[in-house]
Amino acid sequence: MEITVKLNGRSVSALIEPDLLLIDFLRAQGCLSVKRGCETANCGLCTVLMDDVPVLSCSVLAARAHGHSITTLEGLQTEAADFVGFIADQGAEQCGFCNPGFVMNTIALLRENPDPTDDEIRAYLAGNLCRCSGYEGQLRGIRNYLNSRKG
Amino acid sequence: MEKQYQNVNHAVRKKDAMQLLLGKGVFVDDLAPRDALTVKLLRSPHANAIVESINAEIAKKVPGVVDVFTWEDVPQTRFAIAGQTYPEPSPYDRLILDRHVRYVGDPVAIIAAENEKAALKAMKLIRVKYQVLPAVLDYHTAKDNEILVHDEADWELLLPVGGDNRRNLVSVDEMGHGDVEAVMADCDVVIDRTYHTKACQQAMMETFRTCTQLDRYGRLHVISSTQIVFHVRRILSRALGIPKSRIRVEKPRIGGGFGAKQTAVCEVYPAFVTVKTGRPAKLIFTREECQTAGSPRHEMELRVRLGADRDGHIRALDMTVLSNTGAYGEHGSATVGLTREKTAPLYTGGLEAHRWRSEVVYTNLQPAGAYRGFGATQGIFAVESAVNELAEQLGIDPTVIREKNMVREGMQMPAYYDNMANACALDRCMSHCREMFGWEQRYPVRDMGNGKVRAAGVAMAMQGSCIPDIDMASATVKLSDDGTYNLIHGAADMGTGSDTILSQIAAECMGCSVEDVAVFSADTDVSPYDSGSYASSTTYVTGKAVVKACGELKEKICAVGAKMLSCPVEETEFVGSGVRHTVTGKEVSIADISYHAQCGNTVAVQATASHTSPVSPPPYMVGMAEIELDRETGHVTVLDYMAVVDCGLPINPALARAQAEGGIVQGIGMALYEDVNYNAAGRPIESSLMQYKIPTRLDMGTLRVEFEHSCEPTGPYGAKSVGEIVINTPGPAIAHAIYRATGVWHRELPILPEHIALAKVEE
Amino acid sequence: MITIQNYVRAQSLQEAWELNQNKRSRIIGGMLWLKMGKTAVHTAIDLGDLGLNTIEETEEAFSIGCSVTLRQLELHEGLNTYFGGAIAAAVRDIVGVQFRNLATVGGSIFGRFGFSDVLTVFLAADSYVELYQGGIVALEEFVKMKKDRDVLVRVIVKKRGGRFAYHAMRNARTDFPVLTCAVGCVEGTYRAVIGARPARARVLYDEKNLLAGIITADSAAAFAEYVAKKMPTGSNHRGSAAYRTHLVRVLTERAVREMGGC
Repeated sequence: MEITVKLNGRSVSALIEPDLLLIDFLRAQGCLSVKRGCETANCGLCTVLMDDVPVLSCSVLAARAHGHSITTLEGLQTEAADFVGFIADQGAEQCGFCNPGFVMNTIALLRENPDPTDDEIRAYLAGNLCRCSGYEGQLRGIRNYLNSRKG
Repeated sequence: MEKQYQNVNHAVRKKDAMQLLLGKGVFVDDLAPRDALTVKLLRSPHANAIVESINAEIAKKVPGVVDVFTWEDVPQTRFAIAGQTYPEPSPYDRLILDRHVRYVGDPVAIIAAENEKAALKAMKLIRVKYQVLPAVLDYHTAKDNEILVHDEADWELLLPVGGDNRRNLVSVDEMGHGDVEAVMADCDVVIDRTYHTKACQQAMMETFRTCTQLDRYGRLHVISSTQIVFHVRRILSRALGIPKSRIRVEKPRIGGGFGAKQTAVCEVYPAFVTVKTGRPAKLIFTREECQTAGSPRHEMELRVRLGADRDGHIRALDMTVLSNTGAYGEHGSATVGLTREKTAPLYTGGLEAHRWRSEVVYTNLQPAGAYRGFGATQGIFAVESAVNELAEQLGIDPTVIREKNMVREGMQMPAYYDNMANACALDRCMSHCREMFGWEQRYPVRDMGNGKVRAAGVAMAMQGSCIPDIDMASATVKLSDDGTYNLIHGAADMGTGSDTILSQIAAECMGCSVEDVAVFSADTDVSPYDSGSYASSTTYVTGKAVVKACGELKEKICAVGAKMLSCPVEETEFVGSGVRHTVTGKEVSIADISYHAQCGNTVAVQATASHTSPVSPPPYMVGMAEIELDRETGHVTVLDYMAVVDCGLPINPALARAQAEGGIVQGIGMALYEDVNYNAAGRPIESSLMQYKIPTRLDMGTLRVEFEHSCEPTGPYGAKSVGEIVINTPGPAIAHAIYRATGVWHRELPILPEHIALAKVEE
Repeated sequence: MITIQNYVRAQSLQEAWELNQNKRSRIIGGMLWLKMGKTAVHTAIDLGDLGLNTIEETEEAFSIGCSVTLRQLELHEGLNTYFGGAIAAAVRDIVGVQFRNLATVGGSIFGRFGFSDVLTVFLAADSYVELYQGGIVALEEFVKMKKDRDVLVRVIVKKRGGRFAYHAMRNARTDFPVLTCAVGCVEGTYRAVIGARPARARVLYDEKNLLAGIITADSAAAFAEYVAKKMPTGSNHRGSAAYRTHLVRVLTERAVREMGGC
């Protein structure tokens, strides 16, 4: 079947199998930031924005994305660059494999709630697993970023 | 006053940070050729069985399937997949595919197909007839069981570690000093307890994965998510029966390792496919494979006898350890050794004698391997818990009892090969942590109402900084065109930031900025030899190799500079920005030297140096946990975890802190909910991240990590290690806090709410 | 790995229902559970074009389209006002925001999963499901029905002066619950709903009127004891039957006391 998706602002059409998952479609389209860490919708590594809402691309059929807008980290390089330096300053990116999902969901959080408390940050990002950092450095990085925005 | 440095002991951003954070394609699956065959493994549904017959003819006919391989197709040379220096202490007990399958998940067939769908379809169509055998599922009954996990005639141990496959034994060992029974008999109090730790999973976010292809010379080019490129080359050479010169192993960025990738868990399968088909191939383990056919921590049962005086002087330690290595013996004899080596020396202060006996047994369960802490974690849970039990029994503050007994700088450590504690800030870690944590206020149990109580616990830890006289590393430093440098090494940055840390060391040596050091690792064709990143060795050993290489490079640069300055080399000195003539003060810049070195020059402006260490200086740590415990449900909330670490001089404090925080959270998971269980048939239950719960950011409370510096004379700029030690304190500290809150000691990890709630109910 | 032969965005409920009569067809909700299975699906039926992704609130009831996500439930002010925050409390520990942005109320309720927080909390209220063929059925009845090939269109909650409290026990925060417990008081009648027993949620009414009048610590304890005695529990690797029964008592008592403010 054929689908047309607005991928990172660009209209993309492709012939796909009905059971192709969005994550695999996106990686085939060259969006290598989208990672898979599990098969059970638990890790959050594959987070992308579908019509600006963060979803697990491992659990969405590519067919379902037809007619919708999909944003991956490839499409948010400028918006992300502002923020990720603060994570780098903490060394909290560590292995980096969970980073794209974490960055995407943090962007979604901050669009929804520009001035979150620490508890709101923890709650919103609870579905983004990270095995390296222990999360505390990610929290410090987000906090420093928010403080920098306040001037 | 501590020396101030330009590059080391600074929180420099990781060199790969922005590439990682912006999601660039730098991992194995991002780099695999688009036309790589998908490799899938058909795995045994039985814990112990013989493949009587296997028929893949129908499977091979599935469109897109390129080939299916069975035990009849593979070389019959046994090998070990543990990443250890040759000759390895791990037994040669594996084949690529063995007719005898020894755990639920043992590979039975290798499927190579154009895509995943075809491979999975083929998997369903392979007809296997198994002769199902009774299995050894309880490690207590493994030794001398009539069921043999490895009855093969060609089972082989290269080193005398006491293993005997006819007895299901991988190793037997005994060590100690002094007369334990005599001292124990003279003690006022003896604590005798048995502890149990389960087979935790590393659960790195990137599962095991490898892609392979033939390069332009027809050699096997392996790109793998591994901590051990050189060991992988050696293992593949033996397993595949091809010379090492025909193999190149490279690691790109690695999505976490934690020791899991110190074992060549997946490399042989796609490598075999590429050798057989000539086609690029890739094997990406599913999370289920990672959880059920990976390389988790060794389950251990540890009996600890601790003898002490009434006033809390610890005089004797006696440990008996039974370790479950599962179906294959990777790292079995090595891990168990650390249950002694990284516990007894902590109590050097008063310990008159210690004894340690161990057995490592085979069972028909998932094979264990290396996981951060590597046996020390299990040993420290047991010994630190026993010390806490002793303190509580004697009514002595557990921080005070440790101060009475702990190892201190300048002591000789009989339990640590008589090494001197040349750099030891454990005493300062304790006092610092006690103050930061507010131990005086938090140690007393506080009732919060609603059935909730707050309580605190403490533990100490140590680890090593390499395997002495075995681990080795090399570094090449070369002067580049414009006066900058290339650093090439063979250690594996698995997210730890070692590439950056080693660059900081190079920059410090060469008097340049970290940006002026371009780093590359690790590739067996390019990198000088390094045993790999494990045993907390990279900063300490590879770091020192960098220091040595830089020293040699400076001499070569001076030689070129001397020519330019028309003076004897003895009259020059390297000053970072260039080479100075000590007599005239005239200086030639490093950039000019580099161009000069490229024209009519015979001095190679590069140097390679190797390093190994006769000692493994321990880092030390104190951890304190405050929990809130719900006495009715048994739920434990970790409120605060504070730790002070002595890793010598932290080369990069931000990265050392990230290591510590990450390790602590893994330790919290191990203490409270990371559970590994098998059903009655030996099938793993926690086979996904849905069932095996690693901590989320809602599960770990607030962390605070600080450092107490010491200066290790044998380390680069006084550095020791930090990668492993950090996982060791949460288990005993949290178990201690739970005791304080409930009055019940839990001696098995994880301590689930049910254990707490029902133990209370039964009281 | 699931395989799907055809994907259809149904243009009417009738079309969805007809396609779903094939035993190998599946209506896809959030697809979170469906994806994990190894089913060979003939036709995957997407209800996304049917406008069933809204929560409508009237004076009398909430009408929740089957495609409404758990995240919508969590954030809906009217629903959480009526439930006293119990809906948000029930769903907030389900994996993560991205998961809850996909998981649908229709999928959660139709699946009648044992572990379901969603089923537990809705059973505490006067709730119904609207089935395309079967019409409106009380949720309590629907829970007991065998899975058939009907289409769940909406969940309806009648506003009947309800008060609610929700408690669950998890070994780790975003894990499956070891036990779920919702207590509802609808027009003066109390009920306890216990889920993740580990079997699917079951309702128990306060038939002995233990909570009649003002709730006290004693009456809460008595009701909790009653529920713990009557509610069957079982064992799985997250908890034993004995622990679950212990939790039934603890969580029920806490929920009742929360509602009674004592």
